[in-house]
Amino acid sequence: MKNRTFFWFILPSLITMVLFIALPIVSVALQSLHIEHEAVMVEVENCGPFGCKQELQVDVEETAKLKKERPLGQFNGLGTYTNRNHLAFAEIGEAWQSSNGFADFISKALNLPFYRALAFTLTYTFVVTPLVLIFGFMIALGVNTLPKRIKGPTIFISLLPMIVTPLIGALILFWMIDANGVIGSTLQWIFDDPDLSLKASPTLTWIMLMVYGVWHSAPFAFIVFYAGLQTVPSDTMEAAMIDGASRWERTRYVVLPHLMPLTVFISLIQLMDNFRVLEPIISFSAQASATSLSWIIYNDLVGTESQFFGSAGATSVLTILGVAILLIPVLIRTWRDFKQKVV
Amino acid sequence: MFLKTITAAGAFALLGSTAMAGCGITAGNVSILSNDFPAIQAVTAAASACAGDGVTVETNLTKDHKDIMVAALTANPAQYSSVVVSNSTLVTLMNDGLVRPIDDLVAKHGAALNKSQLITANGKVMAVAFMANAQHLFTRTDVLAEAGVEGVPATYEDVLAAAEKVRAAGLMEYPVALNTKAGWNLAEEFVNMYMGTGADFFKAGTAEASVNNKNGVATLEMLKSLVAYSNPDYLTYDSNATQAEWEAGNLAMATMWGSRGGAVLDDEGSTAEVVAGTLLSAAPTWGNGARPASTLWWDGIGISTNISDEDAEATFIAMMNGITTEVVKANNDAAVWLVEGYTPSPASAGVSGTAAGGAAPYPMVPFMGALHTALGAEITDFLQGTESAQQALADVEAAYTAAAKEQGFLK
Repeated sequence: MKNRTFFWFILPSLITMVLFIALPIVSVALQSLHIEHEAVMVEVENCGPFGCKQELQVDVEETAKLKKERPLGQFNGLGTYTNRNHLAFAEIGEAWQSSNGFADFISKALNLPFYRALAFTLTYTFVVTPLVLIFGFMIALGVNTLPKRIKGPTIFISLLPMIVTPLIGALILFWMIDANGVIGSTLQWIFDDPDLSLKASPTLTWIMLMVYGVWHSAPFAFIVFYAGLQTVPSDTMEAAMIDGASRWERTRYVVLPHLMPLTVFISLIQLMDNFRVLEPIISFSAQASATSLSWIIYNDLVGTESQFFGSAGATSVLTILGVAILLIPVLIRTWRDFKQKVV
Repeated sequence: MFLKTITAAGAFALLGSTAMAGCGITAGNVSILSNDFPAIQAVTAAASACAGDGVTVETNLTKDHKDIMVAALTANPAQYSSVVVSNSTLVTLMNDGLVRPIDDLVAKHGAALNKSQLITANGKVMAVAFMANAQHLFTRTDVLAEAGVEGVPATYEDVLAAAEKVRAAGLMEYPVALNTKAGWNLAEEFVNMYMGTGADFFKAGTAEASVNNKNGVATLEMLKSLVAYSNPDYLTYDSNATQAEWEAGNLAMATMWGSRGGAVLDDEGSTAEVVAGTLLSAAPTWGNGARPASTLWWDGIGISTNISDEDAEATFIAMMNGITTEVVKANNDAAVWLVEGYTPSPASAGVSGTAAGGAAPYPMVPFMGALHTALGAEITDFLQGTESAQQALADVEAAYTAAAKEQGFLK
């Protein structure tokens, strides 16, 4: 394609991407550098059905004047990023100074909301992503050997976890693992422990969330791998068979290398998706034991009466940076492959 | 939500002809945003009856009203002409000047209102309250009697003693429940309990939090003693969960919202045994505190700033039509109404008792929301036993300070 043609071809998507992806990100980044105006407070008497009380109240007119002058709020630079509810530079520094030993420092750092969320987010990402790849691949191999008649129904059933809306799927599991639910009480019976509760212990909650993550995402990996398996060249396979390669050897030396680009693709998508984990935490009411970066953003915007836009913006920008860092190795690899092909 | 709108529309279709005459609005657009529970459904349904003949009434009843109200009312014209507000949501709206003073409307159309219904800030009427709510004690008298406990617990120390007896008698392993879901609910329990000490949440006249003190520590320790008698899943228990557990007969004592009383005492969702044994009473006191460990809440009507005066008047009249004596009489048990014509019932005994005991209203200061959020996130560590009470409270204050700075309440 000529460059000129390519440009006109790509222009509509380019415009949409700038409008709906780039500009919102710029706006979020801009917002994260600002905090709200200093509230002008007055002490007034508030009365209601339960009596009167002297209380502080925002002076709406004075505050409105400030807002009109600078609608974005006060410029705070990177202040929001470094405060205690985000990167917490001061607190981390102090923890480093005052802690006796590395373990103590880590436990102090994990007491800060951002690092606590980061710990779960990273653990989740690095446990769930490989497991999704492995399970997806194994299901694909299994389904591929099934007789044709039962293949269709099996594929449909295998895809169900992905078809169910994440929030709903997680909620259904949440009720099933309840001490009165079918999974919860079965586990109590198996382990002969009437007090066993998956929701009460932080460790079990983490495991449960990750099991959910694998359950939900494995079908995606499965269907991509399954599609890939249909394209494995049959002459190579036959040649390997004639050479006396066992099934394992054929899978290892023919199928896997052939599917490598797909593996990279799934890893890319899964790393991004898992780093943004949110729905299971909400559905499982797991915030006491596990929080994620996306959950922090959600918590800043929803469920509280006054939204923290600056704070949510800062966490969003940090999440984008996190995703970028995670994807660098995969992207470098893709870029190398691309260059090799060009040459 | 959609169903509600349909029901409301249906109610209007039935009542339309008679109600139109009663409302006396000639034109205007009324749209109401509110929380979703039976008492509010009754109010909005009655207000919807004013629709017709140039007047439109739309309602949106949703538990997520808090999340959308600021954005919806900031628009000009506002998406909703009225919001059913409570202590805390009114403050949020007032911070941005999104609800208007309604002294003129009250003078013109509010003759039937009690003076105590008027919510005033700095001398201006900002909202009209129509019902009161509070968390208070629900007791299964039959279970307590079986365990050999006499009377209804009046203090949380009594609750703990009774819980121990119920457990020791082998009746229930986890007889106690509070709305302890991490986040807003758990923070509300802390606020309630802390209120029982009589202390303030902030240094007088400032936005500086002061909960990391002996009252805060005692509050956390009391909560921890109580959750020791709660189901291990307590950090996931919200109002719906506690009500379900109660109706299933799994609890002997619980602190639940007064607005749940009607639903617990009706003949749906539970057994006759549970209903017959359930008694609603005032929130307990504790320590040496004099006032019940609870916060009083009201729900009321606020009128948007960013709408025309005609719409504001039409909305006010429609809402007044929603809180008439007839509506209250027809829904007597749905809430503790502050409106003329209400007769106290067993379902309201808890809230009335809590108010009579001198419980304080939920603080109406603009930075309370930030403290509430910080509490909800930080005190779970203590309850789970991974850090000390002092550390948890220090975390609360630190998280609050960072948030309050972002909101411009602290420098």
